[in-house]
Amino acid sequence: MVERTPILNFVTHVILFLGFLMAVAPFVIVAIASSHNLKDVNDVPMSLLPGSDFWVNIKTAWTTADLGPKLLNSFIMATGVAAGKVIISALTAFSIVYFRYPGRTFIFWLIFVTLMLPLEVRIVPTYAVVANVLSPYQAILDVTGLSWLIEKVSGVQVSLNLGLLNSYSGLILPLIATATGTFLYRQFFLTVPDELTEAARMDGAGPIRFFIDILLPLSRNNMAALGTIMFLWAWNQYLWPLLITTDQSHATAVTELKQLIPNVGGIPEWNIAMAGTLIVMLPPLIVVVAMQRWFVRGLIATEK
Amino acid sequence: MASITIRDAKKSYAKLQVVHGVDLDIASGEFVVILGPSGCGKSTLLRMIAGLEEISGGEIAIDGTVVNRLEPRERGCAMVFQNYALYPHMSVAQNIGYSLKVAGVPSAERTQRIQAVARTLELEHLLDRKPMALSGGQRQRVAMGRAMIREPKVFLFDEPLSNLDAKLRVQMRSEIRKLHRRLNATSVFVTHDQVEAMTLADRLVVMNGGRVEQVGTPAEIYSRPASRFVATFVGAPAMNILEGTVELDGLSLLGGSRRLAMARAGLPVGTKVAMGIRPEAVRLVAPGTAGALNATVDLVEELGAGRVIYVDLDGAPFSVMTSEAVHPEPGSAVGLKILPEDMHFFSSETGSRLDVFKASVPEPAL
Repeated sequence: MVERTPILNFVTHVILFLGFLMAVAPFVIVAIASSHNLKDVNDVPMSLLPGSDFWVNIKTAWTTADLGPKLLNSFIMATGVAAGKVIISALTAFSIVYFRYPGRTFIFWLIFVTLMLPLEVRIVPTYAVVANVLSPYQAILDVTGLSWLIEKVSGVQVSLNLGLLNSYSGLILPLIATATGTFLYRQFFLTVPDELTEAARMDGAGPIRFFIDILLPLSRNNMAALGTIMFLWAWNQYLWPLLITTDQSHATAVTELKQLIPNVGGIPEWNIAMAGTLIVMLPPLIVVVAMQRWFVRGLIATEK
Repeated sequence: MASITIRDAKKSYAKLQVVHGVDLDIASGEFVVILGPSGCGKSTLLRMIAGLEEISGGEIAIDGTVVNRLEPRERGCAMVFQNYALYPHMSVAQNIGYSLKVAGVPSAERTQRIQAVARTLELEHLLDRKPMALSGGQRQRVAMGRAMIREPKVFLFDEPLSNLDAKLRVQMRSEIRKLHRRLNATSVFVTHDQVEAMTLADRLVVMNGGRVEQVGTPAEIYSRPASRFVATFVGAPAMNILEGTVELDGLSLLGGSRRLAMARAGLPVGTKVAMGIRPEAVRLVAPGTAGALNATVDLVEELGAGRVIYVDLDGAPFSVMTSEAVHPEPGSAVGLKILPEDMHFFSSETGSRLDVFKASVPEPAL
């Protein structure tokens, strides 16, 4: 619908602009603060004109928080989560949409339930599992008395242990196991015409071929959208990395920002903290800008 | 090339049965059209042959091999779908060659065969395009090419022309016919369009409610419909049906207002029958002519080459198709002359054809 409503147009633009200001203001303040020296940044009120110490602060933040390896850790984790999520979601949605098997509805609901139980809610049990991936199996063996039996018969004490604390897999795997992506794919797969599936069957393509040759190329845009969202989401994770990385070598950039925040009674180096924040914000920004075109297409229309 | 034998094929979804025991023999190289209204089970039957629907009962054999348990790719059929079902992300060449790629045909041979098919269908200049950039007719051709390249034993067409505009449909129709003549592959074509069915078919299968009503050449089906359903479904405008009752020395029509003198031939008095006359078999004569039925004109539809005249026959609607240059005014009286050999009789109860009557000239009412 196209209407000529100049006053309404003006009002909507004002609202949009205010929204834009609100969104961008904190970012601008961070950028300005990161360019001040120690004295200027602690002035009240802080000067909103950029200072001249930007590169110095960036450099200090980089070395103090050891951001090089931490950014790499963050990047590995975010990429791993995004890729894992895209693959797992595509596979689960493929199974749910295209196959009829007993327990399908049950599995569907099981996946659905994970939407209601985000990582934060089940963080203690998840930590326990990651600390020893095999602990559920150990529990099963213990409860059923199998470990007792094995010990009696062979004299070997069963003690399964596979810990993922302080590892990339420990960082990545628990974040992959949620249902959001599955549903995004499911909705998309449901819009793929049945005739296409049938044509592929007539052409002799089995399920795996159909998945790889037809479905995946068609869901390119969805993959890009999901990958972008998941990259950002994983990059911004704080609680989980903080919990399972006790070893500095696996800490992520977001958790390491804490190193830059001045302690009570310490030197109030907010300019350095802001400079660090700016560095950590940059990679997701680059990803969003690079993926923008695909991202929007994947979330709105489908070309068919 | 292959023959198809269908024996007592049934299909049901849970409790709903959609195909009730179909028997059909399709000879090698034959072009068979399955015609029926939507929901009659014709597409389901085709998909059962293709292997896209499981067969709930009975047997389907291609070339003597029972295929009930075979996957679509093992049956040697190729299918052209109603909405073409082209892979949107592949070029025309990739679409056509996909089945060869799946089958592991080396790339050089593949290209060569794609070229050959494209030449036959005049698609050579479009090979690099995506389906999105093609017109309806071109997409249709690509879909045919995809079916052809496998050199299948059987071609299956699922209403492939229904998405084209009228002009293109006529053109594609003759192209399909020519293609069949050249490849001579066994073809099964499903449609609800009777013109398409009549023009394409070597043999026509008319289906209704999951059952085969009649199998025969188009001419046979037109001139000797086996049931009231076939009679009214095939032919446009539809055949006129007048309900009647068998009397001692003939037939009373339209609740007794008209009588038809004829030999009773074994049917008990009081049996309800339906008499059918094709609109094009009726001749318009001056009202009051001996042996003609008098009627009032309701509406005249001009078709250019002829016209359809809808008349009122004692309250019953009746249509007449004529190519003569007559233009009766609505409301005027006309006489309808019907020859006995143009009358079809069907049982009112079962709808099946009755060949027991020999009607003579109808007489005006009492």
